[in-house]
Amino acid sequence: MKNSSYITGNEAIVLGALAGGAETFFGYPITPATEILEGWVNASLEDKNLHFLQTEDEIAAGFAVNGAILAGKKAFTATAGVGHILMQDPISMAENERLPFVAIIAQRGGPSTGTVIYSQQEVNLASFGGNGDGLRIVYSASSVEESYTLSSKIFSTAWKYNFPTMLLTDGYIGKEKNTVDLPKLIKPYPSRKILKQDPSSPTHIRNCYGSEPEFAKVLRQNISDYKKLIPKVAECEDYKTSDVNQIIIAHGSVAQAAKFAVDMLRASGIKIGLVRPITLRPLDCHAISLKTKKANKVFIIESAFEQLARLIIYKMPEIGAKAVKVFKPAEGFTPEEIEFIVKKNRK
Amino acid sequence: MKKIVTNFSMPECFNEKSKPSMFCPGCGQSISLRHLGFVIDDLGISKNLTFAIDIGCSLLSWNYYNFDIIQTHHGRSIPTAVGYKMSREKRIVIAMMGDGGGYAIGLQSLLHAAFRNSPITAIVVNNTEYSMTGGQMAPTSLPNEITSTSPEGKIAKLFGGAFHGPELVRNIANKNSFIARATVSNPIMLETILKKAINNQVSGNFSFVEILSLCPTNWKTNAKESFEFLGNMEKVYPVGEIVNSSKNKNEETDK
Repeated sequence: MKNSSYITGNEAIVLGALAGGAETFFGYPITPATEILEGWVNASLEDKNLHFLQTEDEIAAGFAVNGAILAGKKAFTATAGVGHILMQDPISMAENERLPFVAIIAQRGGPSTGTVIYSQQEVNLASFGGNGDGLRIVYSASSVEESYTLSSKIFSTAWKYNFPTMLLTDGYIGKEKNTVDLPKLIKPYPSRKILKQDPSSPTHIRNCYGSEPEFAKVLRQNISDYKKLIPKVAECEDYKTSDVNQIIIAHGSVAQAAKFAVDMLRASGIKIGLVRPITLRPLDCHAISLKTKKANKVFIIESAFEQLARLIIYKMPEIGAKAVKVFKPAEGFTPEEIEFIVKKNRK
Repeated sequence: MKKIVTNFSMPECFNEKSKPSMFCPGCGQSISLRHLGFVIDDLGISKNLTFAIDIGCSLLSWNYYNFDIIQTHHGRSIPTAVGYKMSREKRIVIAMMGDGGGYAIGLQSLLHAAFRNSPITAIVVNNTEYSMTGGQMAPTSLPNEITSTSPEGKIAKLFGGAFHGPELVRNIANKNSFIARATVSNPIMLETILKKAINNQVSGNFSFVEILSLCPTNWKTNAKESFEFLGNMEKVYPVGEIVNSSKNKNEETDK
């Protein structure tokens, strides 16, 4: 039986994290992610097994997440914009030490205060922001309901594969209040003590190496492990793609608008569908290639300049040849706008 | 059964696999680690200890002991230790760093851990400069001290004088925290202070120890000159427990 709730996206994230087995939260207030911190604090008042610390900054929050994870706890943070930049140092530590770091990134526009509610400009940062090669798993939520399912799933993904796992949302999704059916979720993947507390075999975890070959060996292993998880983790949704001439590729809030646009365009006889990457890192290239194969035009639409497009076209250059790229950095799209763009450019 | 000690010069919790030592000859950091090891042996806590370290010369101790060690990023051994401790409340957690990690890049985390009375023990090894990078000026460099970024001596008027970390921390710390300065030239006092600091964590409080240390490599000093320089440091940075000279404003509000 489904459980129906009238909640915001940020409330859904807290519920999802709880369903995913989250135990500890470290964070610093920042719009539009603040309600996740507040929601977690309230949840921890009701359940003594839940812990939190509002830290002095996002750097401390991120490193405290790493400390809690090393102790074997499902810990996470939620941040945005400038906080996301500060978070790159602890995420880099986690990436290289293979810690199941979990973060919710509520995207906002530009640096400093920039704009505080919406953008899709944090795709690059979440995917490749650290010192390293971007061995991260990045999901993008497109609705309040998906904020719930994915914020649960990211804990299992992180603890199963031991790479930092981020969920991108934005202030529109986070503050949007909807009646949603909270689906029953699969049993979360368990956590484990990473520092074993075993004096006969101490764990010495480090990000310092004596030579390039010594470090290269670690990196080769990490890259190999990352490649192996791709078919198991990468996923995308396709919407009305069985008989198409054109395809829209969009993620997050833009995909939500694009879905309406697809219905409107189909009502006027245009055979178009939507492919929505649910994971941006790694991309589900197999499904995206297959669904876009027969399309004569592919619309890549995003609230950023070339961030999603670069991910797609680097992996699937054949899409680049027939792509119509539509960028509105830090501005949203309405379904009508997407309908107009498609009608104008489809020939 | 008690392990038979074959090497009387090193603590029992010392990991022999960490040899050959990466520390320079005469390094005060390895002296500090050795005495910390003796204290850990004496208290019988090695099975219940987690050690977090910074980068710089402190990273050379990433496998120094026979217990779990986290080597983290610059200035971040304290927040990492705080996150760990919150999750494993019964473990004893020690965060060690250099004076750059404690007083420059990571100062905010040191202050806030003291302010919150986070039950960890933080240790800053003060050798008055950034050593791993080759001896640059630090907040702790003494006025007129020559370093690679103060080639004509540290100009206190421009860069500040000598940074008194424990005194600063005392001003913001919870009244139950233990805060002290020790020196590698007085090992008995050093061990007594480290013991008090760890016991204070066991009682549920924050503790902080600065250890005045030696860096002959970057000071470019021989053994005699190194201890002379350390003697100068001890004149500027008084050793012993740091107690509040004036009433701590925070104490009025944390009741």
